[in-house]
Amino acid sequence: MRRWLGLGALLAVAFVGAVVLGPAHVALRDLASSDIVLSLRVPRALLALLVGGSLGVAGASLQALVRNPLADPFLLGLSGGAGLGAVLAIALHVAGPWALPLAAFAGALGAMALVYRLGLVGGAQLDPRVLLLAGVAVGAFAGAITTAIVSLAEAADLRNAFLWLWGGLSGASWDTVLVMAAYIPLPLVVLYAAARPLDLLALGEEPATHLGADVEPLKRRVYIAASMLTAAAVAVSGVIGFVGLIVPHITRLVWGHRHRALLPAAFLAGGALLLFADTAARVAVAPRELPVGIVTALVGVPLFAVLLRRWGGAGARA
Amino acid sequence: MSTATPLLSVRGVTYRYPGAAADALHDLSLDVRAGEFHAVLGPNGSGKTTLVRVALGLVAPDTGAVDLAGRRAADWPRRALARVVGVVAQREDNLFPQQVRETVLLGRYPHLSMWGAERPADQAAVTRALERCDALGLADRWIWTLSGGEYQRVRLARALAQEPSLLVLDEPTASLDLRHEMEMFELVRTLVDRHGLAALMITHHVNLAARFADRVLLLADGRSAAQGVPAAVLTHDTVERVFAWPVAIAPFDDRPQMIPLRQPKESA
Repeated sequence: MRRWLGLGALLAVAFVGAVVLGPAHVALRDLASSDIVLSLRVPRALLALLVGGSLGVAGASLQALVRNPLADPFLLGLSGGAGLGAVLAIALHVAGPWALPLAAFAGALGAMALVYRLGLVGGAQLDPRVLLLAGVAVGAFAGAITTAIVSLAEAADLRNAFLWLWGGLSGASWDTVLVMAAYIPLPLVVLYAAARPLDLLALGEEPATHLGADVEPLKRRVYIAASMLTAAAVAVSGVIGFVGLIVPHITRLVWGHRHRALLPAAFLAGGALLLFADTAARVAVAPRELPVGIVTALVGVPLFAVLLRRWGGAGARA
Repeated sequence: MSTATPLLSVRGVTYRYPGAAADALHDLSLDVRAGEFHAVLGPNGSGKTTLVRVALGLVAPDTGAVDLAGRRAADWPRRALARVVGVVAQREDNLFPQQVRETVLLGRYPHLSMWGAERPADQAAVTRALERCDALGLADRWIWTLSGGEYQRVRLARALAQEPSLLVLDEPTASLDLRHEMEMFELVRTLVDRHGLAALMITHHVNLAARFADRVLLLADGRSAAQGVPAAVLTHDTVERVFAWPVAIAPFDDRPQMIPLRQPKESA
């Protein structure tokens, strides 16, 4: 219980910080009436919470699915597909407020479908190892096309595309928050319902089957739900790396590996991490703004290095 | 012999892996009843593990039928089957560090509802399973600190936590030393005698199978070379032929024991 209260407090601090801090100074007593706060900072903070939470849950589930603790939701080619979709929309100057997110979402879903198809071995069984390799291959291929388009684009487009590829929440609005809030419950519930069988999967597919898990449907459900979460996150905020990789590891240290506790904790911790990172991205070089993916990478990589050393230690004892 | 419905009934099963030149299993039959310890022996590649996969409904036979507790193996939902059959597979991974009680608790999965938490009855079943495997003292240990023999007892406890009627063990004593081999066989024998379980064990230990099992199936190239009580199956000629090595067979405690000889005979 104490750990949940602690996580709740951390999340509250992150949220308040995101609302109070910013390049424009807003006095505390004006917070509730300030336009900057109500129409920019609050929806942006909520979006950071939803996106960070989605990436945390997607990462935790995918690590269990591909049975590799080093898996990241973007390792499965989704970032490549989304990036390609977004850059195409930018280069073709597709107009409209939803053009970029929709193009990125379509690109991510395209990559997901392709990786899924490649991961089906013999047309029947989803092989997580093949899935991982297919993800890397599809991501690299999409990345090559993306770079080709960017290199032929005009300077202004290039900058936009570049910024998008590193992720950012500056597109946040109440509309994006509502769309995300309406969209993510379904995949989240699907993944939470798979929490116990995911525990079994850590033993291997055949032992999980012996313990009563329907492994093939389980793998499909988890892959599709986690990919749908990631696709939505990338559509509204670009490629924000390391959240989906780091958050499950940190939460596993505190909550253990059992997914019934791990998945909710990963959602809250992912939200808190992205809130902190986004606040830092807005404040650090104010009035300009860093892509939040740079902040998560700058924080995530050293943290990951520490975890790798711990993990290696545990492995050496095994 | 008991006339009750066998917990496992394999009847005339033939199975060939896709693209293979020969049958992995050919016209094989086998019944395992409650209170019966059944051992399956045979050289490498004789079809022992394929038999387990077919028996558990993981692979559908080309011809013949497999029933588990009176129901066609392929018709069982996996969760319901896991309440009837507990399996100690040849291999498993440990992706994340686990403690012994935690991993045994995974055996309760087929008894839990999708959203509900573990009940006191589940914890009690875990404790009971650990006790039966003489592993209660290990409950708070991390898996990676266990010896090979301790780990196998914990895995057996996890299968028992499922509260099955039939235990299937695929080479549970591989790479264990003498004491731990004996402990595992004694444990399975006790579970069968005292708790009325049925056990099907794949093993390479001809002598331990002869000492502990009620019935033995000797496999050779996917076919039954002999089947029945140990004394009827493990005869000099049959064992020599199946394992392609000269042996002597001598009785001990009324059970046949095999001694491999040093040199192959000229004729062999």
